[in-house]
Amino acid sequence: MSGQASTVTVRRQIAKKDYTKVRLILFTALVAALLLTAIFAEWICPYDPYEQDLSNALQPPCAAHPFGTDRYGRDMLSRIIVGSRASIFSALALVAIIAVAGTVIGVICGYYGGVVDGILMRVSDVFLAFPSLIFAMAIAAVLNGGIQNAVLALAVISWPKYARLARGQTLAVRQSEYIAAARLSGSSSFRIILRHVIPNIAGTVLVTAMLDIGVMMMEIAALSFLGLGAQPPTAEWGSMMSSGRSMLQTYPWVVLTPGLAIFVSVVLFNLLGDTVRDWMAPGSARKKRN
Amino acid sequence: MRKYVIRRLLLLIPILFGITFLSFAMMRIAGSDAVLQRADASGVALTQEVIDAQRAELGLDQPFLTQYFRWLGGFLTGDLGVSYVSGNDVFSTFVSKLPATLLLTATSILLTVAISIPLGILSAVKQNKFTDYLIRFCSFIGNSLPNFFVALVLMYLLAICFPVFPVISTGLSLQSAALPTLTLAIAMSAKYLRQVRATVLDELDKAYVTGARARGVRFSVTLWKSVLRSCLVTILTLLAMSVGSLLGGTAIVESIFMWDGVGKLAVDAINMRDYPMIQAYVVWMAVIYVVVNLITDISYRALDPRIRLGGEEA
Repeated sequence: MSGQASTVTVRRQIAKKDYTKVRLILFTALVAALLLTAIFAEWICPYDPYEQDLSNALQPPCAAHPFGTDRYGRDMLSRIIVGSRASIFSALALVAIIAVAGTVIGVICGYYGGVVDGILMRVSDVFLAFPSLIFAMAIAAVLNGGIQNAVLALAVISWPKYARLARGQTLAVRQSEYIAAARLSGSSSFRIILRHVIPNIAGTVLVTAMLDIGVMMMEIAALSFLGLGAQPPTAEWGSMMSSGRSMLQTYPWVVLTPGLAIFVSVVLFNLLGDTVRDWMAPGSARKKRN
Repeated sequence: MRKYVIRRLLLLIPILFGITFLSFAMMRIAGSDAVLQRADASGVALTQEVIDAQRAELGLDQPFLTQYFRWLGGFLTGDLGVSYVSGNDVFSTFVSKLPATLLLTATSILLTVAISIPLGILSAVKQNKFTDYLIRFCSFIGNSLPNFFVALVLMYLLAICFPVFPVISTGLSLQSAALPTLTLAIAMSAKYLRQVRATVLDELDKAYVTGARARGVRFSVTLWKSVLRSCLVTILTLLAMSVGSLLGGTAIVESIFMWDGVGKLAVDAINMRDYPMIQAYVVWMAVIYVVVNLITDISYRALDPRIRLGGEEA
């Protein structure tokens, strides 16, 4: 093609890159705001989220209580703000656990190969054979509820995805010449993994993890909704919806506002995840957007 | 091809062992002791002798592996023990609830196909136009909605505000199935639509499409006759792959809408800590999932000659 056409393409790419950067800054700021809200929840919320006031029970949304009150007269907005801590940080912790554990296992399998690789990959096959939420429900039932146990249950079933990803990436990186060079120059395997393999696969793992936060948040909320996560007095979005479920007909805000909170946070994390993916892989992003 | 099928079937054996072993071990760790569980459930205080006698009767005094193989034998012959709560046979209860879940799964898949394939294709054809952005926006929203929230919103809008459908299921009718089906299809379509779009876009990017255009073949002809035909296998495979998340989703949705299938059975069993029932549900769902995936994989290869046989992906 002519030089004209290629300049146009280049210019378009530059324009797009800037746009991605703007999105990145915007969504990072929004997610940061969400995280700050969760961290400082107790100082931000207008009322005590656990203080009962039966004379004020089940107030519809009004100026004093923008999201209404629940059946014990607790302010819904305050409960949602404080609930963000359990809902968001448990999802972040879960994703961190599975991303790190899965990556370590996958890198070891991919780098060393052999019997360990064979065994661990067959084990991951078995975990991948379960529909994840069903398995997590069963484990959470075995562990008897509690938000830590819900996180643990989902971690047990979710790590293989990362192990597979990291293993595949490690296998690809291992073939590179610089790895051979590093080995020839006397680097230990541990050093090669730490200095060369991990930095090379970290980007892919990070993008997958970012996109997973929303999914995991919904799954934790689903377990809580089933009574297998956070237990009732604790403010947590899934369990708040669950305890208000019977009042859907008469007092819908008790059920729908925590759901809206889950939705908004998942949207924010997904937007950030999509943007980080586009930002890390500019060229292919436009078309391959799953 | 035959070699591939045989190899896949052989690989299935360790996986099935793994699934059953894991499910068994999980419930043993949890339920620890069926005798005490049952005593707790019935509220009867038992003496140590009675407990020991019942344990011996149930084989609970034997080593773990022996118990596992006995349980596996029972599993293969359709004997999964009795429910701690109702005392009914677990397997026959499970089988009696299965048709409702299968019906719901089938209607959800049909609706998903009806929504996402046309929209996915449209979105790919109109890439980066307004239609595409609108469809992708909807898919993004659908992907960010937990299905229990969708269920409750639909229930609120379509059963309470505008009573079109019954709030809870009133038996196996299409009317009762409408809301749970819609709930499941919304989540599934949102995910699946993106995959359809990506598949069609990949195909549209191939040289033969440009070639056909250069030769003056109308775009609609290329699209319907060539592009879609070669996408179809991939599209259907991706659909079968998403059955797993559907199976998990049915549990919550069934229990919200009181749809009397295995999902609701499982959620009830979990609330009552009815371990044999939970075990049966987990094992059978995993087996169904594995078998569906296997059939998908095999038929994918059988239908698409381009796929190299025996080429194992990591």
